Amino acid sequence: MPFLTRLFIKTSLIYLLLALLASWLLSMQAAGLIPVGLPGLFPVTVHLFVLGWVTQLIFGVVYWMFPKYTREKPRGSSFLAWLTYGSLNLGLALRTVGEPLHAARPAALSGWLLAGAALLLWLSGATFLANTWQRVRER
Amino acid sequence: MPRLSVWFIRAALAYLLVGFTWGALMLANIGLRFFPQAWWLLPSHVEFLLAGWLVQLAFGTAFWILPRFMRRPFHGNEKLGWAAFFCLNLGILTTAASDLTNGTALLAAGRTAEVLGAALFAWSVWQRVKPYGG
Repeated sequence: MPFLTRLFIKTSLIYLLLALLASWLLSMQAAGLIPVGLPGLFPVTVHLFVLGWVTQLIFGVVYWMFPKYTREKPRGSSFLAWLTYGSLNLGLALRTVGEPLHAARPAALSGWLLAGAALLLWLSGATFLANTWQRVRER
Repeated sequence: MPRLSVWFIRAALAYLLVGFTWGALMLANIGLRFFPQAWWLLPSHVEFLLAGWLVQLAFGTAFWILPRFMRRPFHGNEKLGWAAFFCLNLGILTTAASDLTNGTALLAAGRTAEVLGAALFAWSVWQRVKPYGG
């Protein structure tokens, strides 16, 4: 298993725990056991689960298991793959911080944080597609 | 990788990009308020990423890696698989169009096509869920 795949999978496991922790916080909030409100936590929870856990796990396994690109570069461009990993995780981290901040008190800084997160997350999908497309082919 | 898997997986990748684009527009709009209609994209964002990306990637990968038969046709009835591909994609696009236009009849038609697509796919791979060489 390539190093980057191990990184994708281990990071996805951490996000799974974070998603479940965020979901636990939401349940505590709903039960009135947490005195302060946590605005913006629901969309963050969903994206921690769907992007951080499910999509990241898929990205890692696809990078590892899909048909080889060429004998010299079996997994395509390692630069694009690292860019996928970096932009997905930085984008998700910015969103996780920025969305509750912006929901609680909208400000220019948190607004731009969310715009940066959006750009990074889009970049992760685009680079994943660019690096995977040619590996999906008939044999 | 069989041709049907290539189509399923490449379609999944295309939906991934469109779904991420919709999501990025909505997220950036929360911060910068430049696109007031951005929330209209939410239902199709969910549709593209759940049915278009995740379900379709699973179908394509399953059709590729499930145990094959010992005799031709190795992947079973491929026509059923192709019918599943067309029904599923027709369903996703119709459902997404209904989300953007608030058309309930379109939504019903889209969901019907999706159910049919899933049923056809299950039928096409049912016999391949078996021990290797069996």
